[in-house]
Amino acid sequence: MAMITPPADVPPEALQGPDAGGVLTATEAAKLGVEPTQKPRGMLRRSWEVFAENKLALASLGIVLFMVLFTFVGPLIYHTNQVNTNLATYLCKPSAKHLLGCNEVGYDELGRLMVGGQTSLEVGVAAAVVAVMIGTLYGAISGFIGGAVDSLMMRIVDAGLAIPYIMVIIILSVIYHPNPAIMILIIAAFYWLGVARLVRGETLTLRTREYVQAVKVVGGSGLRAVIRHVVPNAIGTIIVQATFAVADSILILSGLGFLGLGITAPATDWGSMLSGGLTYLQGGNYWWLIYPPGIAIILTCIAFNFIGDALRDAFETRLQRR
Amino acid sequence: MIGYLIRRILQAILVTFFVSVITLLLVHLFPGGPIRALLGPRANATEVAYYNHLYGYNKPIYVQYIKYVGQLLHGNLGYSVKLNQTVTSEIASDLPKTVVLVFLGTAVSLIFGIPLGVYQAVKRYTVTDYVLTGVSFLGYATPTFFFALLLVEWFAVDTHLFPAFAPQGTTIGAVLSDPQALVLPVIAYAFLLYALWSRYMRSSVMDNLVQDYVRTARAKGASERRVLWVHVFRNSLISIVTLLGLSLPTLVAGAIFIEVVFNYPGMGLAFFQAAQNVDLQTLLGFTLLGTAATIIGNLLADVGYAVLDPRVRYS
Repeated sequence: MAMITPPADVPPEALQGPDAGGVLTATEAAKLGVEPTQKPRGMLRRSWEVFAENKLALASLGIVLFMVLFTFVGPLIYHTNQVNTNLATYLCKPSAKHLLGCNEVGYDELGRLMVGGQTSLEVGVAAAVVAVMIGTLYGAISGFIGGAVDSLMMRIVDAGLAIPYIMVIIILSVIYHPNPAIMILIIAAFYWLGVARLVRGETLTLRTREYVQAVKVVGGSGLRAVIRHVVPNAIGTIIVQATFAVADSILILSGLGFLGLGITAPATDWGSMLSGGLTYLQGGNYWWLIYPPGIAIILTCIAFNFIGDALRDAFETRLQRR
Repeated sequence: MIGYLIRRILQAILVTFFVSVITLLLVHLFPGGPIRALLGPRANATEVAYYNHLYGYNKPIYVQYIKYVGQLLHGNLGYSVKLNQTVTSEIASDLPKTVVLVFLGTAVSLIFGIPLGVYQAVKRYTVTDYVLTGVSFLGYATPTFFFALLLVEWFAVDTHLFPAFAPQGTTIGAVLSDPQALVLPVIAYAFLLYALWSRYMRSSVMDNLVQDYVRTARAKGASERRVLWVHVFRNSLISIVTLLGLSLPTLVAGAIFIEVVFNYPGMGLAFFQAAQNVDLQTLLGFTLLGTAATIIGNLLADVGYAVLDPRVRYS
């Protein structure tokens, strides 16, 4: 792209006018006698207003906050032993001492729900963050470079996405006997692919915008254009995707836990808890082993899905209202 | 169109190449290599070296790769030492049973998902729409295995309406001759997919309802019913066809969890057992098959889309 040089006969002030940038600064507006009709609001503030109009999304946010408090603050109030098994309380019924009864090795079920929830939420959020960071960078770079490199990078993503994810994740779990940290990497190793494809699509439209082209014009590096200009403008897509990723990661983790390939005891997650409870499904009515973790997974995932949906609306409406 | 098709197929071949590299790398990811995985932690170094030599795992990786691809091209997916049979013969016996489950589950989910999605779009923002949306979101957020287990708890353990186990026959005829036992697995499978179709159908119909051709059809005097079912419905169905082609990874995931819960003797259960036995050859062979199916599914989705929608023109 050629350098744009102003014709010599144009006074430099003329270039500073509204036509140059398309946006009036406050001082320019004052000079022209234009009063702002309302106070200018930040992008996040406007998105939040749209988000807050959505009652379902607010309720979901409440659920997520509750889950965080329940799992992380709960154990400080409700003390239970989640390390040593206790056969004296084997499958005990819910009582004043054990509010949700005990499981098949005598752990207090409510306390277990808190500890398991910590793992589920930690792994879910961390896997989402790692996956979205890798995917964003990969997608943005691929889309920004374009051409043959983009083509090759995207075929690699296609290859990754063509392998049914659950199969790779199961194989990786078999190979690595995951602890939570490895689990995060295993889930992210699959999940970043979808993010990369989305962000790359977004980048393809963003890189033709004037402000991205302008970075090149003034001599900024490609990496700077990607990190400082492309990624921040794709932030809506990225945040929405991250929200869904949390729900998906929690579901994947619970699936692995159910298959007995997830987090190993004495650590646990909500899915592994279900796996333990299922053995006793047909032996009697041990409802406290099945419904609490199942409902916890469903509530948390629904909440993240609703939040993701509302965020998408929030960011889209922001674009429309401009 | 022909040019597009050729380009698309070449792309699929390139993707297949990358996948074969990834699967070969997966074999070597195992700490100590594939032979250690096979022989277990107590085998001594001589034994591992012997089998490494026997199976050619001590050769340079590119030699292994050429040999591996050569085997694949001959339809040889490897040999499961744990089961003492070829992976191909495992697939031959298990795949038909899984196909039955996947086919029935998908059919049932489409029968419910498509009409209800259309209904939601027509009755949008009413109480019914919100309730059905709630059901869909529940479908998205409920782990497949948990829903399958609730079905067992409610309809097999509590009420004895249906058997808790899927048909245990080894042949496809034996599986089909026990339709009662198929009910719960198929319902579990259908619920997993229902949300996908109904959400897509709802948004697709809503998108189409505001298109110009709908206004034209109404202006011509077409009845609302005709507009919906002849014009809008057919156009919305295109996206479902595409989605069907793209949903293979979801179908595979569903098959694994549902087969494990109901002990249904298909590929999903075999894959799970291979994971428990660290039977790498079976795991990788099945994964390759699933991947091939996904690649073909994606290809069909793209081609189907181009054929069904005359507006789509690929240069």
